Amino acid sequence: MFKRIALTTVAATALATAPAWATDVKLGVLNDQSGVYADLSGQGSVLAARMAVQDFDAAGKGINVEIISADHQNKPDIASNIARQWYDRDGVDVILDVPTSSTALAVADVTAEFGKIFINSGAATSDLTRANCQPTTIHWTYDTAALANGTGKAVTESGGDTWFFLTADYAFGHALERDTTAVVEANGGKVLGSVKHPFPGSDFSSFLLQAQGSGAKVIGLANAGADTVNSIKQAAEFGIVQAGQKLAGLLLFINNVHSLGAETAQGLQMTTAFYWDMNDGTREFSKRFQAEAGAPPSMVQAGVYAGTLHYLKAVEAVGSNDPAAIVAKMKEMETDDPLFGKGYIRKDGRVIHDMYLMEVKSPAESTGEWDLLKQIATISGEDAFLPMEDGGCAFALAK
Amino acid sequence: MFELLGIPPQVLMGQLLIGLINGSFYAVLSLGLAVIFGLLNIINFAHGAQYMMGAFGAWMLLNYTGIGYWPALILSPIVVGAIGIALERTMISRLYKLDHLYGLLLTFGLALIIQGLFRNYYGVSGLPYAIPPALQGGQNLGFMFLPNYRGWVIIASVVVCFGTWFMIEKTRLGSYLRAATENPELVGAFGINVPRMITLTYGFGVGLAAFAGVLAAPIYSVNPNMGADLIIVVFAVVVIGGMGSIMGAILTGFGLGIIEGLTRVFYPEGSAVVIFVIMAIVLMIKPEGLFGNNA
Repeated sequence: MFKRIALTTVAATALATAPAWATDVKLGVLNDQSGVYADLSGQGSVLAARMAVQDFDAAGKGINVEIISADHQNKPDIASNIARQWYDRDGVDVILDVPTSSTALAVADVTAEFGKIFINSGAATSDLTRANCQPTTIHWTYDTAALANGTGKAVTESGGDTWFFLTADYAFGHALERDTTAVVEANGGKVLGSVKHPFPGSDFSSFLLQAQGSGAKVIGLANAGADTVNSIKQAAEFGIVQAGQKLAGLLLFINNVHSLGAETAQGLQMTTAFYWDMNDGTREFSKRFQAEAGAPPSMVQAGVYAGTLHYLKAVEAVGSNDPAAIVAKMKEMETDDPLFGKGYIRKDGRVIHDMYLMEVKSPAESTGEWDLLKQIATISGEDAFLPMEDGGCAFALAK
Repeated sequence: MFELLGIPPQVLMGQLLIGLINGSFYAVLSLGLAVIFGLLNIINFAHGAQYMMGAFGAWMLLNYTGIGYWPALILSPIVVGAIGIALERTMISRLYKLDHLYGLLLTFGLALIIQGLFRNYYGVSGLPYAIPPALQGGQNLGFMFLPNYRGWVIIASVVVCFGTWFMIEKTRLGSYLRAATENPELVGAFGINVPRMITLTYGFGVGLAAFAGVLAAPIYSVNPNMGADLIIVVFAVVVIGGMGSIMGAILTGFGLGIIEGLTRVFYPEGSAVVIFVIMAIVLMIKPEGLFGNNA
């Protein structure tokens, strides 16, 4: 069973004067609150949504926002049941976050069925704006194509032209392997093979030895969270990197790097949409966030903040909570917030913004517990994400 | 040498060895469960949480007091075992007269509470714990690179498993324990403090879980969910071996580790379920388990 952890009315103080609200909206943050992705989404995403509502001054603008949240336990059936209940019975207008690609695909379909809005931040699969796209889906932070165009391309170009994948055996891992394979091959590389491991796993040594036996120059880790952390730790233990193979963590979050420690993780490259220490805007937000959450925001949590902010701007502009009008407005307005800068939302729901290729600092370079990454390159949104024409999203391509 | 189904023998040897390493964890954990079930008749669902506490114990000793791996290998099981004893005295001991189900529900609830508390304080991302300096590096065995630490895991588990088996099956203390489970009143009449013996046995079983936790800390990520992922598999191991059979738990633990390892080569997608398939087959053919006594 799921539990409703936070029930937040932001407008508590304003209620005292009992104004006539222009618009009521209810946001549902649906994510992993207890499992492998709880630290990078979880309660932190709920906090991010709440901060967006405060920073937007929703109450002052006559928008009454209520935020609820639930734990989908990374299971698609649980996620779609909660989504259904939220839309059908609880009057939720928009579902936010939803990490774990398999659950995100399920929630995207339920949202379309009810004609509501789904602003995804946590999930990776590019299928959310490709074959499985929905007019009601907006995919904010990153996707597998962008990860492939970041880390995958950089590693291939620096001489890593033969690959072997360690792939998490569910929608996300499959999509990441597919998208990275495309980029590797487009850059003259070759994929020698892959092994699919159960999700979540704990011992990867067996799969790592298979990867080692393949003789590929690069072992691509098409998994996430604790799975990636354990893969990297165990690869170090089995001397795989010393023996001459390179590890490419295709999806790493700041929390994972922190958990690995700079000693083990140094030199790893990763692609991210957000890092707390990029400019004054990100630092200011992250400082406030960390004061409450205990850790700086992950890119997923940052995406929940930015997505919520953009949604509220559209609500204000439309002046009602009519989902179709709001989605149209969101796609029409330029996106602009302190965390992701300027960008736009494509017709297929893909948010286009810059991505960053980062490298993990060595312990000597790092000046603090969370001072972990340095920027190597900026990848423009157009280069990072798959062009809409190649994505195969039917409704967006229909003339 | 020959190739088996397209897998070169070197790879196969490596995978067998890795299976054995994973089997070591299954063996130590299922041994603790088997001891507790065999002697107390309690299905200890908190075992996974206690394994996790063992790993966290090692991490806390290092980070809060500076005590390293080797002392932690002894201290952490003692501390966690003592917590287990407190739980047994205050809660579990009240359930001995009731159906198994009550003990299962209580320990399951305890496991959820313990995991929730750790999750609340430490998050789920996992904490780093380094391999002790003496065991860093590894040996090149020709067919694979064996990290020294993994070799140590196998040795430590084999020693602990057979030591425990010897103590229970071959010593006087063990004979008291076995007698006390058969007929507590009679053993008590000989002047042996049966309740205290049972309490210590629970503490020992919990200590075994914590020992496995410390062994796991340097190679798996130390996180509150590490036991929850493992406990179901370990229960399957105990069921296959025969509930309460000490030797059964040990041999099945190592054996299933190897079978799971081989599945990872031939059909990786099935490696998460192979143990449960075996469990279903064993339950159909020999419901009391491979090494169980006919009840």
